[in-house]
Amino acid sequence: MIDKESIWTVMAGLALGSYVLRILFLGIVGNRPLPEWLARHLRYTAVSFIPALAVPLALWPAATGGEPDAARLLAATATVLTGLLLRSVIVSICAGAAVLYLVLHLTG
Amino acid sequence: MARQTTSGIFWQGVRDGLPFLLVVVPFAILFGVTSVEAGLGVYEALAFSFVLAGAAQFTALQLLSEGVPATLVLLSALAINLRVAMYSASLTPYLGRARLWERALAAYFIVDQTYGCSVLAFERNPKWGLRQRMAYYWGAVVPVCPVWYASTFAGAAMGKAIPESMALDFALPITFLAMTIPMLRTMAHVLAAVAAVIVAIAFAFLPFSLGLLAGGCAGIAAGAEVERRVKRAAKK
Repeated sequence: MIDKESIWTVMAGLALGSYVLRILFLGIVGNRPLPEWLARHLRYTAVSFIPALAVPLALWPAATGGEPDAARLLAATATVLTGLLLRSVIVSICAGAAVLYLVLHLTG
Repeated sequence: MARQTTSGIFWQGVRDGLPFLLVVVPFAILFGVTSVEAGLGVYEALAFSFVLAGAAQFTALQLLSEGVPATLVLLSALAINLRVAMYSASLTPYLGRARLWERALAAYFIVDQTYGCSVLAFERNPKWGLRQRMAYYWGAVVPVCPVWYASTFAGAAMGKAIPESMALDFALPITFLAMTIPMLRTMAHVLAAVAAVIVAIAFAFLPFSLGLLAGGCAGIAAGAEVERRVKRAAKK
């Protein structure tokens, strides 16, 4: 059981800290244009952070205590392949979910 | 192409934000369920959802239940949420001229989904002015953020009633993988993603998701460097 004081400390700190991160450039840098080198780096934030978060989670899922899992590996593969073939985010998510449930059901 | 009205652009933002419900709803429900299982009350879980920091919230919850001291929990969760500062910077060229109160309000709603579809739309519609861009941004906020609070509350209220066989844990990786593919528009984007993934895997052993930060930074460096070289080669 988590003690209530820690929860509220973390919640308040995370809320405040996240807001500072969010307002930092939009609020303080404001009208000034970004330097070209900074803009060049920022273009690759999403395409770097999103797969860097997703792939380790797919390889070592928290639900299995970090053990690689056939159903989740196949689901991740199906998601990526469907995305490459059809270029649709929704269809890839559905394909991944379908494969996940199918394999979990078959091996369950 | 017909000239778009500002309200048409707002609704385009709403439509582009809608698909994210597929991830936002299960992810928030999962957060609600996990919170209650970790010992939070329903209203504490709801309060937590107002931080609007999905992955960082999950990390904070996990570390808290492991008994990690609050200061360290905060540090790790904020490190994971550092990317919103980059999103903020990335949106600044597009929204930086809005009035201060609107920027202050918009900043609070910067999350993966609102940022992701806005930046894509702004890149695709270079002729949009500030009003059109703000309209699109608020459009994208509407289906994402209120649903995040509501679904967290629903998840917390349902508590332990959701069976583990739903495998809600995998909604995040699947969605993030699906989101990555359409972003791979140039060789620089592809190499950024590849470098990020390799480094994140190599440093996955590090505590507190530091591997994610290492991977993210490696990807950014790789993408920026490839872009610089491609542009230099094109000039010759």
